[in-house]
Amino acid sequence: MRFSLGKYLLPTYVALTFLFLAIPIAYTFAFSFNDSIKSNIIWRGFTFDNWLDVCNQQEVCDAFANSVIVAVTATFISTVLGTMIAIALVRYRFKFRSATNLLLFLPLATPEVVMGAGLAAQFLDFGWPKGMGTVIIAHTMFTLSFVVVTVKARVATLDPALEEAGRDLYANPLQVFWKITFPLLLPGILAAAMLAFALSFDDFIITQFNSGAVDTFPKFVYTAAARGIPAEANVIGSFVFIVAIAIVLVVQIRSSIKQRKLAK
Amino acid sequence: MATDFVARGQDLELVEVRKEFPGFVAVESLDLKIPAGEFFALLGPSGCGKTTTLRMIAGLETPTSGKVLIGGKDVTDQKPHERPVNTVFQNYALFPHMTVLENVAFGLRQRKVDDPLPKATAALEMVELNHLASRRPQQLSGGQQQRVALARALVNRPALLLLDEPLGALDLKLRRQMQLELKDIQSEVGLTFLHVTHDQEEAMDMADTVAVMNHGRIEQMGAPEKLYDRPKTAFVAKFLGQSNLFVGEVTDKSSETISINFRGNKITAPNSRIEKSSGKVAIGVRPEKTEFHESKPAASSTQNVLGPGKITDIRFTGVSNQYQIEIPEIGEITVFAQNVGRSPVVELGAEVWVSWKVEHSFGLADLPTGEEDIE
Amino acid sequence: MAFVALGGNAPAKAQTPTKTGRVALYLLLPGLFYLGLFFLTPLFSLILTSLKAPSPSGEIGRYEVAAEFGNYLYAVGQYLPQIIRSFGFALLATIIALAISYPIAYFIAVKARNKPLLKGLLLTLVIAPFFISMLLRTFAWKQIFSNDSWVVNTLKDIGIFGSDSYIIGTNFAVIFGLVYNFIPFMTLPIFSSLDRLDLRLVEAGGDLYANPFTTFRKITFPLSLPGVISGTLLTFIPISGDYVVASRDFLGGPDTAMIGNVVEANFLRIQDYPTASALSVLLMAAIVVLVSIYVRRSGTEDLL
Repeated sequence: MRFSLGKYLLPTYVALTFLFLAIPIAYTFAFSFNDSIKSNIIWRGFTFDNWLDVCNQQEVCDAFANSVIVAVTATFISTVLGTMIAIALVRYRFKFRSATNLLLFLPLATPEVVMGAGLAAQFLDFGWPKGMGTVIIAHTMFTLSFVVVTVKARVATLDPALEEAGRDLYANPLQVFWKITFPLLLPGILAAAMLAFALSFDDFIITQFNSGAVDTFPKFVYTAAARGIPAEANVIGSFVFIVAIAIVLVVQIRSSIKQRKLAK
Repeated sequence: MATDFVARGQDLELVEVRKEFPGFVAVESLDLKIPAGEFFALLGPSGCGKTTTLRMIAGLETPTSGKVLIGGKDVTDQKPHERPVNTVFQNYALFPHMTVLENVAFGLRQRKVDDPLPKATAALEMVELNHLASRRPQQLSGGQQQRVALARALVNRPALLLLDEPLGALDLKLRRQMQLELKDIQSEVGLTFLHVTHDQEEAMDMADTVAVMNHGRIEQMGAPEKLYDRPKTAFVAKFLGQSNLFVGEVTDKSSETISINFRGNKITAPNSRIEKSSGKVAIGVRPEKTEFHESKPAASSTQNVLGPGKITDIRFTGVSNQYQIEIPEIGEITVFAQNVGRSPVVELGAEVWVSWKVEHSFGLADLPTGEEDIE
Repeated sequence: MAFVALGGNAPAKAQTPTKTGRVALYLLLPGLFYLGLFFLTPLFSLILTSLKAPSPSGEIGRYEVAAEFGNYLYAVGQYLPQIIRSFGFALLATIIALAISYPIAYFIAVKARNKPLLKGLLLTLVIAPFFISMLLRTFAWKQIFSNDSWVVNTLKDIGIFGSDSYIIGTNFAVIFGLVYNFIPFMTLPIFSSLDRLDLRLVEAGGDLYANPFTTFRKITFPLSLPGVISGTLLTFIPISGDYVVASRDFLGGPDTAMIGNVVEANFLRIQDYPTASALSVLLMAAIVVLVSIYVRRSGTEDLL
């Protein structure tokens, strides 16, 4: 006989773990509505003020804007470069393939502090002043391999015969890329760009080593932690969370609708 | 409707085309001429070089050496999109992000042909899929996808249509039906078709001319009936249908026939049906031309007789029965007998003699693998 | 490459590259050049800096090129406890995160396999923490476990804690925070391996008289090994260099500092670049050695 505990044990465990994962998110969310004065540590009552006037704390808003600029720029560059590499890796035979793979794998296996310190040491040696430029350079670097890995998986599922059919049907190589290859890779490229954006936006360690006086959002939170993080930071964090979850849900619902349509 | 698409097919010529890949030669110096308007099949096992040949004609591979001519014009250095050639790909390669109609119109749009959509619609009418024009390819069945791929290629009125195992993914019944449709469309539009397949029945059924390819070269080429009746090499004899082959030294020669000594038995073939008349020669016969008897038939100059042997296996394949007969010192012989109640009723283990008419023997130019001369 | 898991993609089918030619070069060069300039040469800069000697002028933060191998002896001598603690914490947190994550990944990939909606929802819940700043989450735990929080007070009231007990600043708090932050990194690759698991193999195991536990040990777990390996690497490597969780402003205390904390302090606060660089080089070297032994022993060299 099978005892029923086994049937409920795993689902209960999973539910409890998800609850555990959600605790700090809920906390951050809740304290974005705290009627705090400065440090936002003790609950002092509910208010919408923090949400309505985020830029009351100018530094929070500036840091957020910097994070967006850095993430957008770095995502764009690394998505373009990474997609090119991914196509070459799947489709072309070339020498030094294993060296190339190693060079792409290493950034994934290097602790951030090593990449951050190394880049900072190099900027010191070059005499490059730290600022937005160096942060963008750093973020493009560490997101590049993630883009390659993500897009590569998509290229590998793309039947080369489709591109050949395009060439056979009078499309020149450039037309084949824009009319066939690119539209079919687009979901993979978008997924890679979203991943790169998320990684860049949330990065702290590499940023701290290479940003000089520029504050990104995570860096602002780190610096503020010593004296207490203002509620406006919770607002920004919660806002980003809601937007991201909404995007993920829309993507998932759309793909499940599409699958259901095709199943018909 | 189809008349709108008729363009004269053009002839295709391959001159000493050779393709090497790192580590192996895919196609050895190939010479081939396909006249305009013909349905030509390139038949061979996988890895024989037939697909590479097709890809070189389409421009998807560049020959290591040699020339490809279409309608007398050298196209060797032209890119695929510059050649008047279209392909029906093995798994159809329909663009999943476009509708069926857009797929068919793709080539027309690329060439900036006027009225691409009406023309594409007409092409879909020809394959009777007009009602599915706005669907996505993934929503169609295998047979429908196959027809879309065909329409997408034909709508461009190519001088030459290449078919790369286009029926391979279909089940047997659908494959038969599509074979007929393809053949009909070909005679309707009058284009030159080059069909690549590993299915010998399909090739013989559809093509005007079949070329059998093996190890990067064409072993034999001709009308399907001729190839079947008179295979010239051991590979063709075995690949195109089945054959019983006997190898021995030539012992007698007359003006009409030659005979070999096969493990003590005399096997005779007419001179008009042999490729080689001295030394070691392989003589063969098709299983359906072979008969067996329960008593020893009288020896004669017009008949080859072997036996006695035992029936070791009987298989019922519907229209005919397939018998395996093991003759001591000689080996296994396959005999097909029509299921019309004419053949003797025999059981497993029965003792029989095998015979066939001398005029049904054929002599090969080479020897089966493992029987080559060791010199 | 096992890290594909992070993107949550469909399994790639094997495709042998066929094209040759110059185009590959144009596609590869810009990106590889970029990585060469901003990933590879910085590693050399790090080695170079780690051997530098203080400038004779005595100015703070000024160093000149030298071959001062003594910097390494100094770094190890001074910070051995932090080095040991880093790898100890990383190892412990990785093992705990694996134990917590595997059942979740199994549930989503196997039990929810035929319920796309539930599966999608659960996957979203796993990655949800990614979408809120890691620092905010860690800071939230700090508040939840702070000295006069109701958690600590309740523990004191029911007598588990003494009146002067605390959580923040202990090794427990740091490991707890690390485990929490890296559960998604562990869960996703394991999920992606299990998602590809052909359930008929598990049924075959049962059919061949293996009990559920044996089936798991001999079939399910070995087949999920690639995911387990990339999950443990994705957890162990970042943790060994992390310094946010162990920072005194977050969950750490005076005796929880890890390598990252010392590198940060030396590089960014007291501008002792050579010591910070020497520690970074040591960390990198240790990771390379550990990862290559681990990958080799677990027999999945296609990770590279």
